[in-house]
Amino acid sequence: MDKIVNQKAWFLVLPVFAVVAFSAILPLMTVVNYSMQDTFGNNQFFWNGVGWFKELLDPSTDLGGRFLASLGRNLLFSAIILAIEVPLGIVVALSMPREGWTVAVCLVILALPLLIPWNVVGTIWQIFGRPDIGLLGYALNSLGFDYNYVSNEFDAWATVIVMDVWHWTSLVALLCYAGLKSIPDAYYQAAQIDGASRWAVFKAIQLPKMNRVLLIAVLLRFMDSFMIYTEPFVVTGGGPGNSTTFVSIELVKIALGQFDLGKAAALSLVYNLIILIVCWVFYTVMTNVGTERPEKKGAA
Amino acid sequence: MARIDLVDLAHSYGGNDAAPESFALKPVTMIWRQGGAYALLGPSGCGKTTLLNLISGIVTPSRGKILFDGADITPLSTQKRNIAQVFQFPVIYDTMTVGQNLAFPLQNRGVPKAEVEARVRQIADLLDLTFYLDRKATRLTADAKQKISLGRGLVRSDVAAVLFDEPLTVIDPELKWQLRSKLKALHRELDLTMIYVTHDQTEALTFADTVVVMHDGRVVQSGTPAELFDKPAHTFVGYFIGSPGMNIVPAAVSGHEARIDGHIIGLHRNYGVLPAGAKIEIGVRPEFVNIAAPASGLLSATIERIDDLGRARFARVRIGDAKFAARVPPGFSVPDNMVGLVFDPAHVHVYADSRLVEGVA
Repeated sequence: MDKIVNQKAWFLVLPVFAVVAFSAILPLMTVVNYSMQDTFGNNQFFWNGVGWFKELLDPSTDLGGRFLASLGRNLLFSAIILAIEVPLGIVVALSMPREGWTVAVCLVILALPLLIPWNVVGTIWQIFGRPDIGLLGYALNSLGFDYNYVSNEFDAWATVIVMDVWHWTSLVALLCYAGLKSIPDAYYQAAQIDGASRWAVFKAIQLPKMNRVLLIAVLLRFMDSFMIYTEPFVVTGGGPGNSTTFVSIELVKIALGQFDLGKAAALSLVYNLIILIVCWVFYTVMTNVGTERPEKKGAA
Repeated sequence: MARIDLVDLAHSYGGNDAAPESFALKPVTMIWRQGGAYALLGPSGCGKTTLLNLISGIVTPSRGKILFDGADITPLSTQKRNIAQVFQFPVIYDTMTVGQNLAFPLQNRGVPKAEVEARVRQIADLLDLTFYLDRKATRLTADAKQKISLGRGLVRSDVAAVLFDEPLTVIDPELKWQLRSKLKALHRELDLTMIYVTHDQTEALTFADTVVVMHDGRVVQSGTPAELFDKPAHTFVGYFIGSPGMNIVPAAVSGHEARIDGHIIGLHRNYGVLPAGAKIEIGVRPEFVNIAAPASGLLSATIERIDDLGRARFARVRIGDAKFAARVPPGFSVPDNMVGLVFDPAHVHVYADSRLVEGVA
């Protein structure tokens, strides 16, 4: 059979090339270019080589110190978020009804926080937590707790974490629920017949069958919490002090606050690289789980 | 181990108030002997799986009672019923090894460790799984997985009964034979009551001492394979069991005679009073009708085709509009169109509204 040569196909691909070039490649290259230079305004640039990257990884410099501190805070934040949201999401998914009209009600209630724009979530909690007029802040203070997220680091962290849990646990719960729904009834029936306790059913059936959706949930929640900006920025503005200044907030401060484009460009490249590496690790793990091939002809 | 009594047991998925005809299982009363090997046989949708799930407690009956050794267990949950069940598709606990899978039902019931190990070894030996005991169960083939499911069903020695819900569906045909005879051997060895659901008559007839045939939510006959073959209690049993199935032909029956198309066929027994207004048919298995050269005194039929099944040849013929199958005697050269049919009177049964009528000798 003769192969039909038709170069017209290139015209179909061309728009994509153009769009990607303008939306991704050119801006990225601009950032790479900035990261190698220093500027004092007036569109004057001076070559700096890998200087910014060296500074970035050296905690004794101002840039390095700020970056590594915010990176540490960010990792701690992500770890806490995952440690709370994943188990909580599983519990919520397990306690959801499996059939009947209540399913729809639960799904809608769970989906609500996910539908709220991030800055609105921030504003809601910013007001909710205020000791003078916020329901939460006022109630806590009336109960005798000295709660003030503006002045107390611990309170600020607690507020940001609770806010994120409120906002995103639904996502984990919905993913887990989907995973649970895909388990055939026969598994539960067999477990009943085998006399398995509720805990044994969870451990032997539900958890293993959920592991793929759980990995997706962990991946999504890690990335989102690692890139978090809007909500803590609206609530605490990164304070008190620098206590809730995460990497993205630090980045915006350097880039737009100080207009240090070189430093900011270097930081954002490293930031991007970290996220890419973590995604790659998760992706590799995810695609390798559960793909073990059955051995040829088992016990015949 | 227990005797199982079903007392007036019935189930409707639409609830107790549903129309009696819509019940998935119409009221049934029967006794399952301790240690028996039973098969529940019937086409898809006849209620056999419903009956099985009622016994295991996965489904709660709309009506009636289930007794284990005389004790009413109807309200008890599956866990408390002491039943093992093997499902159509393998159920494997993914994170466990084969050995842990087999031990699972015992561990959940707090059986001492040494006993668990001994029992797991025994079952693994019987099912040829010993080699795989320490492997992860997820990595095995479908039939090995199903063997693990079977093993989990058989591992408890104290169960009232082991229920099988078409367990060999996923197994290759060659292995099916092996596993079926294995199950039969296991039944002898372990002395467990086994109830085996299937729509495959060969499977039912080779596995069970007692075959329970179901049709449209009703138990139509329960008996040994030989009884089902020789004396079907219902025309459904007649044509569902046997290959080819029983010939069922409308006839007028009186005394020792049945009339088809004005032709008289002699009967072994005397049928005096038949229910008035009932549809009267005679049933005879193809094995008990021989074709012969057309002759006066023989019911004549038109040949349609000959099926050669290897062990025997059967002629597909027509009597008027009715289809009919009959055996071709060895060495008989079949004429082109018309043949006569020679009946064995001892094996001609009379059915009124599809149910067997017992004649008087």
